[in-house]
Amino acid sequence: MTKAAVKTIKVDTLARVEGEGALYIKLKGEQVQDVKLRIYEPPRLFEAFLRGRHCSEVPDLVARICGICPIAYQMSGVHAIECALGIEIDPSVRALRRLFYCGEWIESHALHVYMLHAPDFLGYPDAIAMARDHPRVVEQALRLKKAGNRIVSLMGGREIHPVSAAVGGFYKVPAKSVLKELEDELKWALDASLETCRFVAGLEFPDFEQDYEFVSLSHPGEYPFNEGRIISNRGLDIDVKEYEEHFVEQHVEHSNALHSLLRSRGSYMVGPLARFNLNFDRLPNIAQQAARDCGLRIPCLNPFRSIIVRAIELVFAFHEALRIIAQYEPPPAARKPLHATAATGYAATEAPRGLLYHRYELNADGIITSAKIVPPTSQNQRRIEEDLWHFAGQIASRPEEEITRKCEQAVRNYDPCISCATHFLKLHLEREG
Amino acid sequence: MSSKLKHKPRIGVFKFASCDGCQLSLLDAEDELLAVAGAVDIAYFPEASSRMLKGPYDIALVEGSITTHHDAERIQEVRRQSKTLITIGACATAGGIQALRNWKDVDEFVRIVYATPKYIQTLKLSTPIAEHVTVNFELRGCPINKYQLVELIAATLAGRKPNVPTYSTCLECKRKGNVCIAVAQGVACLGPVTHAGCGALCPSYDRGCYGCYGPMESPNTESLSSQFRILGQDNEAITRAFRGFNAWAWQFRKASEESERA
Repeated sequence: MTKAAVKTIKVDTLARVEGEGALYIKLKGEQVQDVKLRIYEPPRLFEAFLRGRHCSEVPDLVARICGICPIAYQMSGVHAIECALGIEIDPSVRALRRLFYCGEWIESHALHVYMLHAPDFLGYPDAIAMARDHPRVVEQALRLKKAGNRIVSLMGGREIHPVSAAVGGFYKVPAKSVLKELEDELKWALDASLETCRFVAGLEFPDFEQDYEFVSLSHPGEYPFNEGRIISNRGLDIDVKEYEEHFVEQHVEHSNALHSLLRSRGSYMVGPLARFNLNFDRLPNIAQQAARDCGLRIPCLNPFRSIIVRAIELVFAFHEALRIIAQYEPPPAARKPLHATAATGYAATEAPRGLLYHRYELNADGIITSAKIVPPTSQNQRRIEEDLWHFAGQIASRPEEEITRKCEQAVRNYDPCISCATHFLKLHLEREG
Repeated sequence: MSSKLKHKPRIGVFKFASCDGCQLSLLDAEDELLAVAGAVDIAYFPEASSRMLKGPYDIALVEGSITTHHDAERIQEVRRQSKTLITIGACATAGGIQALRNWKDVDEFVRIVYATPKYIQTLKLSTPIAEHVTVNFELRGCPINKYQLVELIAATLAGRKPNVPTYSTCLECKRKGNVCIAVAQGVACLGPVTHAGCGALCPSYDRGCYGCYGPMESPNTESLSSQFRILGQDNEAITRAFRGFNAWAWQFRKASEESERA
């Protein structure tokens, strides 16, 4: 038998992902021998410097973990502190927080669908090159993204690191008339997001399915944002407080991002595909119908089709934003008062990329003595590597350039957020054969 | 600059330790993005494009602080390749929130976060870009203001001085017609010592400025610390106030160390 030669595929700087990561794949013939998603984004040590800060500072501090999803960090942060201090938020504040989150999902999903992921399917290096051939698509993308950003900046002063989120509520809540100003553009955007669904449903998808354990929040009456139990398709059904009993973080040498695993079963997936598969019946009719029109089966097991699911979640987010605005009545007070007490608080919310868990321990002065933050990309990291083990094997006979390109696309299925996870990507393909 | 250039000006966007928010500001300039992309050649911007061209670059936009040996070497190479180097945001300009390690034992910090500290390579200090190489312009803010970024790129290409004022947030707040929350409500506000640029957002949202644009040109931090004491803030709270996203900027550093000692 002739000895198969070794081929290495490496991507030193993964593009169109948020943060710094590299990919390394070693192939012997058509056999995958090694896959490493190397996250070399420098650690910023948030969980360490949060110790000694006051709990009221949490939304401002943790926002800085990620420039794309600051609201996710703010929401998990404030809910965890409110859990610790026993603060019950006003129902109007709860609705406003959902609206705020809609803005971030829209901005983040529109960015990923059109500017980071669609170029892979259509063969462009970026959205700007794509705009030369598809100007209308890119202009529409920018307008959709802007509609999400408009919600955020109207409620929080700016798109990135908005300033209004506070423990107990908001520093300032919008007047009814201010939110009404958003309605016309959001109605346009809801229609446009249905077009987005048709656009992405028409792309070509590799034939690739995996037997995933999906994990997301679940709420009896709503598609999840800020509240619910943590469930999976394999029987997990726990309170957020039990998270650390069931999930463990592992430190591997090739990554500055910790790998989060289910203690009993290993890797799992969080994010749009997990949310969609576990909560399809909580989507409004318009989003369910859009999913059917796109030909999505439930559950959807092809990670490349996550681009369609993000488009469905865009439909949901615009619909939900319009619903909240139509029913909005300002709360009696912008926020509930904060009374410090020694306590521990937990929260998980659904960031655009998936479940985001926070835990804080506070002393009697409200000073943080311990913090734990588990971002979505940490949780997906092992699953991304496993996808690549299977997917790289499936396409191993193809030319090296194509393997590299398709493996990068497979990584982008997860919309990895490396800055978040570092506490992520270059492709490095080594090939024997 | 552009008048002398025969080619479209080449822009590179480089990331060091940061949250990506400042470079995202460029993609968030939805109305201007395609115009900017038409006027320049975005030669290196990994977050947005898999087309990554080698230097030299006419303008380097640098985000993030230096926290590893590798990055300390990489910034030297970015400087060698770039005609004009502009830092964008508090991390690149002042070391960022990750500079809070500068007052602590970084090894202990790593032990708090990571199970196997020996896998982690990081420097004891998080430092701004200007501590490593010559910087041509520092754009402040956590995050930067996207309109200031577009203005700065346009000014650099035209070879003129950018219209980026260095006065305090207070001035922006007064111009906006806000009632002073420090005076009227007794809220501790860093506005008097903080560099303008955000449009006085926090006071407009019923809260005190938390200094995310860093120190203004000549801040009187001592006077503001006294005022904070009058408002009932203790030394720990004052130390924390100056020890935020621009903690390592020397004016804020001095103020936080003074209140820490007091």
